[in-house]
Amino acid sequence: MPKDTGIGASMKRREDVRFLTGRGVYTDDLALHGQTYAVFVRSTVAHGRIKSIDTSKAAAMPGVLAVFTGEDFKDVGGNPAGWLINSRDGTPMREPKRPVLAHGKVRHVGDAYAAVVAETYAQAKDAAEQLAADSVIEELPAIIDMKAAVADPSNRVHDEIPDNLCFDWGWIEDNRAAVDAAMKAAPHVVTLELVNNRLVPNAMEPRASIGEYNPGTGDYKLTTTSQNPHLTRLLVAAFVLGIPENKLTVVAPDVGGGFGSKIYHYGEEALVLAAAKKLARPVRWTAERSESFLTDAHGRDHVTKIELGCTKDGQILAIRTETLANVGAYLSNFSTATPTFLHGTLMAGPYKVPHVYVNVKTVFTNTAPVDAYRGAGRPEATFSLERVIDKMCRELNLDPFEVRRKNLLTPDQFPYTTPVGLVYDTGNYHATLDKAMQIADVAGFEKRAAESKKRGKLRGMGLSTWIEACGIAPSHLVGVLGSRVGLYDAATVRVNATGNISVMTGAHSHGQGHETVFAQIVAEKLGIPESSVEIVHGDTSKIPFGMGSYGSRSLAVCGTAMAKAVDKIIAKGKKIAAHMLEASEGDITFENGKFQVAGTDKAKTFGEIAFSAYVPHNYPLETLEPGLEETAFYDPANFTYPAGAYICEVEVDPDTGKVDVVAFHCADDFGNVMNPMVVEGQVHGGVGQGIGQALCEFTAYDENGQLLTGSYMDYPMPRAEDVPFYNVDYSCQTPCTHNPLGVKGCGEAGAIGSPPAVVNAVIDALHRGGHTHVTHIDMPVSPSRVWSAING
Amino acid sequence: MTKVSMTVNGKAVSGEVEGRTLLSSFLREGLGLTGTHVGCDTSQCGACVVHVDGKPVKSCTVFAADVAGANVKTIEGMANPDGSLSVIQQAFQDHHGLQCGFCTPGMVMSSAALLAENPKPTEAEVRHYLDGNICRCTGYHNIVKAVMAASGQDVSALAAE
Repeated sequence: MPKDTGIGASMKRREDVRFLTGRGVYTDDLALHGQTYAVFVRSTVAHGRIKSIDTSKAAAMPGVLAVFTGEDFKDVGGNPAGWLINSRDGTPMREPKRPVLAHGKVRHVGDAYAAVVAETYAQAKDAAEQLAADSVIEELPAIIDMKAAVADPSNRVHDEIPDNLCFDWGWIEDNRAAVDAAMKAAPHVVTLELVNNRLVPNAMEPRASIGEYNPGTGDYKLTTTSQNPHLTRLLVAAFVLGIPENKLTVVAPDVGGGFGSKIYHYGEEALVLAAAKKLARPVRWTAERSESFLTDAHGRDHVTKIELGCTKDGQILAIRTETLANVGAYLSNFSTATPTFLHGTLMAGPYKVPHVYVNVKTVFTNTAPVDAYRGAGRPEATFSLERVIDKMCRELNLDPFEVRRKNLLTPDQFPYTTPVGLVYDTGNYHATLDKAMQIADVAGFEKRAAESKKRGKLRGMGLSTWIEACGIAPSHLVGVLGSRVGLYDAATVRVNATGNISVMTGAHSHGQGHETVFAQIVAEKLGIPESSVEIVHGDTSKIPFGMGSYGSRSLAVCGTAMAKAVDKIIAKGKKIAAHMLEASEGDITFENGKFQVAGTDKAKTFGEIAFSAYVPHNYPLETLEPGLEETAFYDPANFTYPAGAYICEVEVDPDTGKVDVVAFHCADDFGNVMNPMVVEGQVHGGVGQGIGQALCEFTAYDENGQLLTGSYMDYPMPRAEDVPFYNVDYSCQTPCTHNPLGVKGCGEAGAIGSPPAVVNAVIDALHRGGHTHVTHIDMPVSPSRVWSAING
Repeated sequence: MTKVSMTVNGKAVSGEVEGRTLLSSFLREGLGLTGTHVGCDTSQCGACVVHVDGKPVKSCTVFAADVAGANVKTIEGMANPDGSLSVIQQAFQDHHGLQCGFCTPGMVMSSAALLAENPKPTEAEVRHYLDGNICRCTGYHNIVKAVMAASGQDVSALAAE
């Protein structure tokens, strides 16, 4: 019987009411007294030297209040990379300064080198155009192609970095010789070269920021589209502008999607704060969509060669990869972790593979910065692995399901230490594979394929068995790996005098439904109605601290902090109850919202205890503080390891090359599920994005560094017609062993597991149609690419 | 500047606008109706859809002055008179047809227009009609389901409850 309330119930989301009635408040919806408008002047060339900027005409234009150039910020700090990665030879990565506004050189189309603030948006826009006309930028040859960037040391994105390399990373370098030997000894070696296509995250709400400054107090406020307001506060205050953290409040109100792109601190945030101080007026900026395309951190963009050594019957013996990963023109905050520790550490997949070695060279180019996008490194690893396994099956004429079954770790092998540095705590990968095969009706595939054939279509089926490490992350581990921050989270549970509750969480909800799901958990633990619990997030002045929402961490990390804070509330409540009931604390039980002396009918309700904590007339004041509010910080002991099996069925039109995804089946293990409706929605969204990557999304820069796919006219976002209904199952549950809720992250799963399932299905369809010369097609598997592969 | 008058959500409104003022700007900045969102520059994303004389219109592509005298309905005018969610809004909540909420106003307005034209659309018809509305969160599954449910069709047999 499904529950109506509490943990495990598909409760409808409370946040929906405001969104459905137009009462959500996103950053650009705010109107502030005396507000002014910032417009950025952005480079139209990919690479150029700033020769001169004459601000005089722009500054004199109607309504213009201030003009800024890179000169104004050359003495403040840069926007730092959050992870220090060392190269194989032990040298630290190259870390060029990322300024608020470009100074000296511009390094990608869209790189902001000046800004205008005016009374109205139109005035600011007009003056920005004047300023662009009055700027002299000497165009330099653009460095776009990664292989060329590394090969030609004469042309440099950053003058001080001779080979455009940020680092050359080996994981694990000490194992390299053993992996090489295993590969050499393997009876069969499969090699695949592939591209993981560059994507633009495209949260539907464009980035926006409003800076405010109060000259009377010296307090700043930044309202911004952020997935993690505390991290943004730390970066803009301590690293860039040198503002004391306690003089800056960062608020992320309703945020219209992030997918990674709103984790990072961007220069526009620093500019509106600095401008607000100069003018003592609010300064606002909202990106146009074209600015989003040019300047939001992009995702993926790997070029990889993967080799897999195996026996002739498909036992995997060794995996070796070489990857060029694009970091773009500057290091975005997570950009050095994404292709390394979020990628290389997943290269063993859910398989028992004795030898794995990963090499990643990260390359500076004259393109937008590249950073974590839904999945972040793990989709790249999964795609490489699941595609090369599929190729192995074709080369050796093996059944892809049986090959997975042969290589998947078995439940008795946990905890399992991989050769790439992770310890998988629990899982049952055969169970999700069996479940996927059942819900996908694999047995009935031939019949469906025959029916497709009658209509002139080639039907194919593709499998992907995926795993990921999420819920980032144990601070001690990421500290060893190069992280410059801790990755715990925090929550405060405040019981008000009347017994209702405010929970302040470090996690930030921008679509994930925390306001509902977190309330379900607190309500269940305290035995009170959900309506008594309010979730507060996204405001550094209200919340103890937090590292925000990304990496499928909100529930596993912040949710655990919240559960621990509730446990502290219950523990204190027991002390109060013991006093009021004249019993020993050890005899007090707490169940269904009632503190009771065990074995008696003497009890106090949660509300009575709360009231007593705030009106402590009959209260153990000599030993216990009044009030009922607890904070917990939680640093996870390990990552969580959700895993699953995805089966995709496609129909390919051999005449046009068009691919239709006709069915998509997901069998996932997310451990315990708090709200099935929300979990399904997360999987749907992830799979939708994964199908988008596989079928249509593509970010194209021409050789001069102009972004050819800079609008929705050119960048093919998946539309409702491009995707099917998804069949989602989460009944295989191995609860996480190291967090009290037993939960694993679910936010990125769909985007990680789905792209290889789609491409494997397309290759399968082509082989079934007799096009057996096609061994791989890079994403997106667009009609032209499929048609060319068939006819190539 | 010219004075423009129209009916918005049943109320007579007027304001001074420039010739270039878009309907979306007039609604958001002039009237404070910020439920209508602007998500792109090219009339593609559909977050700004409102009804003008009953027809769905991308308000970022219409000058405010061009709809003088018209009857405009925005997301703020979609609830029942007693403030409860209308059938289509309720279906979006019941079937989790929204996540971040940013595309939602446009999705609801387009869906309502579809159901006015075609009271029992097929799945394919819903997907086709919503081609001009982009959602990045939901993968469209629950949006399509919500629209079909709002039309009174049984959606319980659709994949993945």
